[in-house]
Amino acid sequence: MKGADLSDPIKMADRIKKAARHTNQSEDLIFGKSAPGKRGLDLPPLDVPPADLHSALGAENTREGIDGFPEVSEIEVIRHFTRLSTWNYAIDLGMYPLGSCTMKYNPRVNEFVARLDGLATEHPYQPQELSQGCLKILATLQQCLLEITGMDAATLQPAAGAQGELTGLLLIRACLASRGNPRKKVLIPDSAHGTNPATAVIAGYQVENIRSDARGQMDLDRLKQVVSDDVAALMVTNPSTLGTFEPRIAEIAELLHARGALLYMDGANMNALAGVARPGDFGVDVMHLNLHKTFSTPHGGGGPGAGPVLVKKNLEPFLPVPVLVEKDGRPALDTNRPQSIGRVRAFVGNFGVLLRALAYTLAYGPGIRQATEDAVLNANYIRKKLEDVYELPYASPSLHEVVFSDARQKKFGVNTMDIAKRLIDYGFHPYTTAFPLIVPGALMIEPTESESKEECDLFVDAMRAIAEEAATQPDLVKTAPHTTRIGRLDEVTAARKPILRWKPKQTSSAAD
Amino acid sequence: MRYLPKSPSERRDMLDAIGAQSVADLFQSIPEALRFKGPLRLPGPLSETELVQYFRDRAGENSQGYTSFLGAGVYNHVRSVVTDTILLRGEFLTSYTPYQAEISQGTLQAIFEFQTLMCQLTGQEVANASMYDGSTATTEAVLMAERLTGRRRVLVARSLHPEYREVLATYARNVGLQIEEIGFTPSGQVDTTALAATLNAQTAAVVVQAPNFFGVLEPLPKIAELAHAAEALLVTAVAEGVSLGLVKPPAEADIVALEAQSFGLAPSYGGPYAGVIATREKYVRQLPGRLAGQTTDSQGRRGFCLTLATREQHIRREKATSNICTNQALCALAATVHLCLLGKEGLREMAGQNVAKTQFALAELEKIPGVRRAFSGRVFNEFVVQFPRAVRLINAELLREKIIGPLPLGRSYPELTKCGLVCVTETTPRAAIERFVAAVRAILAQSA
Repeated sequence: MKGADLSDPIKMADRIKKAARHTNQSEDLIFGKSAPGKRGLDLPPLDVPPADLHSALGAENTREGIDGFPEVSEIEVIRHFTRLSTWNYAIDLGMYPLGSCTMKYNPRVNEFVARLDGLATEHPYQPQELSQGCLKILATLQQCLLEITGMDAATLQPAAGAQGELTGLLLIRACLASRGNPRKKVLIPDSAHGTNPATAVIAGYQVENIRSDARGQMDLDRLKQVVSDDVAALMVTNPSTLGTFEPRIAEIAELLHARGALLYMDGANMNALAGVARPGDFGVDVMHLNLHKTFSTPHGGGGPGAGPVLVKKNLEPFLPVPVLVEKDGRPALDTNRPQSIGRVRAFVGNFGVLLRALAYTLAYGPGIRQATEDAVLNANYIRKKLEDVYELPYASPSLHEVVFSDARQKKFGVNTMDIAKRLIDYGFHPYTTAFPLIVPGALMIEPTESESKEECDLFVDAMRAIAEEAATQPDLVKTAPHTTRIGRLDEVTAARKPILRWKPKQTSSAAD
Repeated sequence: MRYLPKSPSERRDMLDAIGAQSVADLFQSIPEALRFKGPLRLPGPLSETELVQYFRDRAGENSQGYTSFLGAGVYNHVRSVVTDTILLRGEFLTSYTPYQAEISQGTLQAIFEFQTLMCQLTGQEVANASMYDGSTATTEAVLMAERLTGRRRVLVARSLHPEYREVLATYARNVGLQIEEIGFTPSGQVDTTALAATLNAQTAAVVVQAPNFFGVLEPLPKIAELAHAAEALLVTAVAEGVSLGLVKPPAEADIVALEAQSFGLAPSYGGPYAGVIATREKYVRQLPGRLAGQTTDSQGRRGFCLTLATREQHIRREKATSNICTNQALCALAATVHLCLLGKEGLREMAGQNVAKTQFALAELEKIPGVRRAFSGRVFNEFVVQFPRAVRLINAELLREKIIGPLPLGRSYPELTKCGLVCVTETTPRAAIERFVAAVRAILAQSA
């Protein structure tokens, strides 16, 4: 390997075990394939008299055909998107160790059941007596989530984690307001996800950041100083974004409660706890779950997700409407909730995502604990196998993810992003880079339970090989990836002179 | 367990490598008192066969076999199996947000195409990669208008979807936005006289839906003129995207909040769908949500990457334009594939069929004595009908005929107690319309 020719990455093949080269196809934008008269979907013929559009809609309201709108056949659509798909990495191709993202296997039966007639076809405004199947799915999921978290009541409405956070803070605000004062501040540790502070602002709170202690954990002394009668809540991620459990979480809860503040838990890392520990048992008042993380619903290139919020009894009156209740022994939706914070999203929520999460939970049953154990086992195995070559900034025990830093590789001018990009050549998706913010040059690795020992070993081999390359051929790492269809992109120009859409050549008007 | 790829001996080997006696050792950092002792009381485990049966049983408890005339923000349209075929490709389904551009070009190019299609449909210059749904897109559009104008007063048409208004109210309450509602005229359109009288120098935005909740087309050029005269922005929500195949796009609006459910997404009891915000180029730095942009690599090859991320929470934290992170990417992909299939002619034809069937249903219903349309304004594929009796009572009887009738409007609009919202799309067969009309006629004749 020494002195490998950068221009010929195939020569590295003896070292790169997981990836091999294959041909993928070039593909223009769909608009480039367009020609008048082609189409990819036919409609059944109209079975009523055609309407005179101008008299039905009014000439002033009618538009002409949309200039530049695609005109392509079915096979061209299939090929276009199939070719594009081959340019993506995916869980289905291998380990996707993005820390904090929980990229686990997305069971295919979940996709099948979500598309069943009688589920996918149902309208949110159909009568509740004709929606009992949907409502039972929601009620059963809610029951399962309450059991797993040890909380008392829930809403399934929030569309994703960030909206769950907002819902949670609005519940806290409503609860405190009902006691006379919604208060002013939300405390957020410096290790938190960016959504936490962004959410607090939308909920109408000022953000006060709290520095973590030398172990990367919540600094209790500091917390004692800043918890005042102005503080509405602390938003804590547990396990933290370092993948470590906050050992004094119960004390933190007591400290807040003693001053009339509440404890919010970001449940992004619940994959470390399901079946092992329940937030409801350690003083958490409100939390959200990310069903697209812990409960296996597909990330789909960025969404959809679902961010159910679970609360203790005292916050129940404030839940968003509609609330799922039992009426005459059957599930029903209740909108008559005078103290509710209102709706956070139209309709009941991302039902199709919620349904998939239930399918995941039912597949495991109480055995969901085994998934948690395997996730933690994988993270600790990778930590053990890499801790002699990558710097471990915090020695605290890891649960489902491990965070290294690039401190040792920096000496050779190689940073976490370079290592991440080189990992691509080895056939893996990069880990999360440069987060959490309390670790300079972080490598945040979350394997999840879905990786076999074999895949973990391949990953370890790749990471060790890159560590060696960083020391011996740093340029090879710094210029990676070498085997992808395109290299590192010019993101500066992309932001400075944004091109955010395709435009037809002959058209000068933007409003086409 | 079938999803877990390790044998007992592999687990043992890995524990040995770590130097742990048992898996319990790995959880020592959780204080003993906080560990959960019992087995979770959860149903399952279920095999794949049992899972499918469980969900088939639930499907059987819903509305199969009924004909529906519901719309109100969620529409039944023709969908192609091609869309799902693409969605089920693991490379799209099981990939993350495309932060690592070199191995996410498929998702990124698809987002760029989605943004282009949304601009073409709405007549706007830029569109984002998606929001949660139409209701939150509308709300975020209002928050954007507040940032752009520095004003806090928002005038909202009562003919905006009631649930969109509720979501807006939830968000607005805590950030000091002052919401005032503007009524509608006998045409079902926003009352522009009232609007003109209410607009002032504190108004950040005027919010209307087009076609509005009653299905009625709004005079957007006139509304825009009034809003702009007061230097307020016009936010236009579009809940029925198919209308844009024939109806003039809201090009006069400053910000458009679109619900893309009509483009290939199943009703799915309320979600997942895809919201979008489209706007003018000059406002792009206040746009919430992800954006894909075109650029090149060092060898000049075209590629796409997420861009203008300094608007977003993972960079700007409490100064971000929004807290949104996860969006509705796969739903946006569905809309992209669907619109490519349908194409220029197909979308126009689909929209035309909606108009024709709606006109047919409207004419047939108006032949029933005592039944009349509530509003005189022009409609796309929904309309409000006033009945001589409470809609709830008529609907109860329609259910016996396996028909899910109009949406009763009394709860959201006390002045419209005997009114119902009827939706007819290209998926509603003529025979179903005729059966519905005959059933209403019989029900009313009986009670007369």
